[in-house]
Amino acid sequence: MISLEAITWKAPSGAFGLQQISLCIPDNTYAVLMGSTGCGKTTLLEILCGLRTPQSGRILLDDRDVTHLQPRERGIGYVPQDLALFPAKLVRDQILFAPLMRGWKDGEEILNDLANELGISHLLDRLPDALSGGEKQRVALARALAARPRVLLLDEPLSALDEGTRNTAMELLRTLQVRHSLTVLHVTHSPAEAAVLGQMQLRLIDGKVLPLGQ
Amino acid sequence: MRRPFWISLALITAAYLLFWFALIAATAGYSTPQAWMQTLMKPEIRYATLLSLVTCSIAAAAALLVAVPIGYLMARREFRGKALLDAALDIPIVLPPMVVGICLLIFFQTSLGQAIERIVPFTYTIAGVVLAQFVVAAAFAIRTMRGTFDHLSPRPEQVALTLGATEFQSLWHVALPAARRGMLAAFCISWARSLGEFGPILVFAGATRMKTEVLPTTVWLELSVGNLDSAVAVSLTMIGVAVLVLLAVRATGERV
Repeated sequence: MISLEAITWKAPSGAFGLQQISLCIPDNTYAVLMGSTGCGKTTLLEILCGLRTPQSGRILLDDRDVTHLQPRERGIGYVPQDLALFPAKLVRDQILFAPLMRGWKDGEEILNDLANELGISHLLDRLPDALSGGEKQRVALARALAARPRVLLLDEPLSALDEGTRNTAMELLRTLQVRHSLTVLHVTHSPAEAAVLGQMQLRLIDGKVLPLGQ
Repeated sequence: MRRPFWISLALITAAYLLFWFALIAATAGYSTPQAWMQTLMKPEIRYATLLSLVTCSIAAAAALLVAVPIGYLMARREFRGKALLDAALDIPIVLPPMVVGICLLIFFQTSLGQAIERIVPFTYTIAGVVLAQFVVAAAFAIRTMRGTFDHLSPRPEQVALTLGATEFQSLWHVALPAARRGMLAAFCISWARSLGEFGPILVFAGATRMKTEVLPTTVWLELSVGNLDSAVAVSLTMIGVAVLVLLAVRATGERV
């Protein structure tokens, strides 16, 4: 479960901010967050990840207060909009990164399972530059899932894909969410994505999160 | 209307380059290959060449060790007084070289400097040559590394943090592999800068033959006794090395 309690954040420049944001996304729910460009959707995801510190409020993941925890201690998988693959690492090393950092012994098993599940076994010895947009997206998902997160944050993960690839990717996201029992918060501009994927649809307007339609 | 404007700019560029090529060509034409080889085979010149290669490599490696953390800090963090620190980091670049040498000399006369000297003697030693080269070269390496990290997106490092990495692991495993071309460029630039360093070395480490003599010192020593042939031969060697370094830096995709 993702729970935000009165989260407030102001940009250092004072240009925009998030005001008293409270929301609750139940376990194993696929939530979609929409909102206009620059309204703070990415900032909200970064606050959840621990990459930005809110001025006030609390963040609870599965009833655990993580507000002051480091990003690595939160159990969150994060796929940013530009996917942010590690430029100098092979696909294999991207996926093995989380097991290596966490000192898990079953890294190879995790790698093979995720590579098979996401259909990227043939890409393991390639660098990111040698991947298509759809392949990069699958690798970024595999890398995030290799950390065995309970919560997955997706920042416009399908925006760079063509129509056909996007439909396949939406199916994949839904399947992964169910198979890995994930609570997902997916930021998008696309009403079609929100309609297909969103069990819970939210909108960020004027620094506040509201249910869609309100 | 626009064509004469660009043609005049191109002419200025061509005139400038021509001036430089004329300088190098005149220097090259002054000496014969035989005289050049004869000079380079002299024991004191061979010693100075070897000492230059060794001290430049140590100074450049030390400069890189300092430049990576400072460049990363300056590129990734916003903090109070950052603009001031940024300006301070450029001080060795704008200081007259002789002044850097005098500062080093005076520092090692203080009680702290004397204490350091008791452990590692710097004044008028080979260690002093390395230190004098390092002081200036590090500023150039820092500037290069900062530019490198500025051009790399911080996003992969942030994702690494969510995957279980500490900030140090994120730098080590993600940022540094991505910055390897910049690191190579920073090393080459510091190395070339160290090779040309003269003023601080002369003041702080001296110009003793077969002891603290590096290539720029050789040029000066040979000129001071009126041996222009030897000075030209060593200068041409340094020009050749500088061109090689320039090509190496360009191959990394960075700019000097």
